[in-house]
Amino acid sequence: MSRTLTRRATVVVAVTAAVALGATACGGTTKNSSKDSGGGAKATASADPNAATKKGLTVAFLPKQVNNPYFTIADGGGKQALDALGSSYKEVGTSSGTDTAGQVSYVNTLTQQQVDAIAVSAQDPGALCTSLNQARKNGIKVVTYDSDTKPECRDLFVSQASSEDLGRTEVQLLAEQIGYKGEIAILSAAQTATNQNTWIDFMKDELKDPKYKDVKLVKVAYGNDDAQQSFQQTQGLLQQYPNLKGIISPTTVGIKAAAQYLAGSKYKGKVKLTGLGTPNDMRAYVKNGTVDAFELWDPAKLGSLASYAAVALASGQISGAEGQSFKAGDMGSYTIGKDGVVVLGKPTVFTKDNIDQFKF
Amino acid sequence: MTVTADTPQQIAADEPTASRRFLDRVLKLRALAVLAVLLVMLAATQIYNSEFLSQQGVKDLLLNATILVLVAVGQAMVVITRNVDLSVGSVLGISAFAAGTYLHGGGNPLLAVLIAVGLGVLFGLLNGLLVSLGQVPALVVTLGTLYIIRGIDSIWVGSRQITANDLPASFVDFGHDGLSVIPYLALLTLAVLVAAGYYLRSYRGGRDLYALGSSPEAARLAGVPVRKRILTAYVVCGALAGLAGALYLARFGNVDSGTGNGYELTVVSAVVVGGVAFTGGSGTVYGAALGALLLTSINSVLPSIGVSSVWVLAIDGVLLLLAIAVDRIVALRVAGVLRKRAAQMRSAHHA
Repeated sequence: MSRTLTRRATVVVAVTAAVALGATACGGTTKNSSKDSGGGAKATASADPNAATKKGLTVAFLPKQVNNPYFTIADGGGKQALDALGSSYKEVGTSSGTDTAGQVSYVNTLTQQQVDAIAVSAQDPGALCTSLNQARKNGIKVVTYDSDTKPECRDLFVSQASSEDLGRTEVQLLAEQIGYKGEIAILSAAQTATNQNTWIDFMKDELKDPKYKDVKLVKVAYGNDDAQQSFQQTQGLLQQYPNLKGIISPTTVGIKAAAQYLAGSKYKGKVKLTGLGTPNDMRAYVKNGTVDAFELWDPAKLGSLASYAAVALASGQISGAEGQSFKAGDMGSYTIGKDGVVVLGKPTVFTKDNIDQFKF
Repeated sequence: MTVTADTPQQIAADEPTASRRFLDRVLKLRALAVLAVLLVMLAATQIYNSEFLSQQGVKDLLLNATILVLVAVGQAMVVITRNVDLSVGSVLGISAFAAGTYLHGGGNPLLAVLIAVGLGVLFGLLNGLLVSLGQVPALVVTLGTLYIIRGIDSIWVGSRQITANDLPASFVDFGHDGLSVIPYLALLTLAVLVAAGYYLRSYRGGRDLYALGSSPEAARLAGVPVRKRILTAYVVCGALAGLAGALYLARFGNVDSGTGNGYELTVVSAVVVGGVAFTGGSGTVYGAALGALLLTSINSVLPSIGVSSVWVLAIDGVLLLLAIAVDRIVALRVAGVLRKRAAQMRSAHHA
């Protein structure tokens, strides 16, 4: 068993070595690959930060859902970075965002095709583990982006922004708009949405700061990421709390529905709205004065960072251990944190002054 | 209706009017019951929260219901003929995107609405032809077109979406403005509702739809043009789904390839809650409209009294079962009463 694995790994190494340019890079990869195939799915600490960046690699993007505008932009950013690095890009994936079995079979196919690295946004933290670890035993580097798997099933997770940053900055944005005074509410997605709930916990924590002593969070409502339901939940909030000053919606579907409702109601401009949204969705509402400012990470940068991380891994410059760092083109240098997580940075705030620079 | 066929010719003149009056009253009571539930619910909410029926509140209630009412009216016409159209959600989605694409390119809003309606007519025609010519169960046929249309939508739309920024301001304003508390969308919907109600009640074509639903075989023997009528019902249903798509675009200002996904189930619920029997031949579009209004109003009532939205689905389900149970009991009672009357008449005649 282990002999066949080693042999397969040697084949992979041979293939990559054939396209590799630097001799040092070769050495680094061989070392990592053999260790990987022997020790299974554990990130090795040995890496050569000075190894040359390999060219001609193939990095496959496996988003949660193809044809989803958000992932189209993210993967587009990934392609751009790979073009710049001289490696090639491919994208495969399921057309449903909840087809976990489909994602598993895509991982298996990519393993058979012997791509150099997979950048995956996992639909489920556990379901992909077996097939991803199989891929890693075959020398394929695995980077998760946007949605992580369990830490032991991938080499790196490229996180859009830390949950803490997202939660706290949304409260800061709204508090500024309402002058640190008045009742506020949250319009979330589903009651069980993990991301949203983590952010909301950080929002509540941020509100404990004495500077928010006059700001009161009165309710968390759930619009289930459905336009009609988000409309009606917003209406309910405004009826139940006539003195409501602001709403935070940490979901792109919720915020645009709430904005569309506010824009067509007597509350336009009187009740502030902020949260996570995309510039294309929100452009009309920022321009007509319904929304002052909202925020989001730049999905193109997220995909781009995933590409740089995947190439750095495949080139042997990093192995996924805490404290290692790698260069990501003109985005600068990134350092790997605890559990192999790389954070993209603070979210970008969009206002009417800068929104036209962003086309996504 | 079936009873009249058995009764002797001589009494046919006064017996049917009596039983029809009785049936009429029962059906009206059925609609009145939905209306009563709705009014009690709204009044109770208003007492709990005085903001609920404010000017903005009433406007929101009407706006929330309009799109569902439109599609439910079309669906009711199909269900009355003992068929069903499951493709309405897909038709709504694809026509909304078509209208949006046209407007994005600088098109005329009125023409955009017509494009959406036209697309709906086209798909209605397809459904109607498949059902009436193919002689296959409507449930299966329209399930097929549901997937086909959604598939075309996904391929055509891809990851694109129409946002409020792509639409002319006048079109978006039309989605929420109105004459004081009555939104334009609600007026439009009311006009459609009254027209459909009038057609079903007073036109031969409308009455034929009921005859078809009561007993397709009897209707065919009585000379009802079956194919033509079924085709009409599906075309109207498709056209209204298309119109609803255009209004969806105006109201929500956002359409992508997932728009309208799963909407058919909400529509069917509204129709059934409104007293349109799934076995065909009975119910009115007014009832269907009331059912739609009731379902959307529940979704507005719960948040404004602070009840968690996780209850909404369960409550919708309970209402549905309740409606079917009431229908079943009423149907049994009506059949019983009619049988008794017929027997009385017959014995009175023999005496």
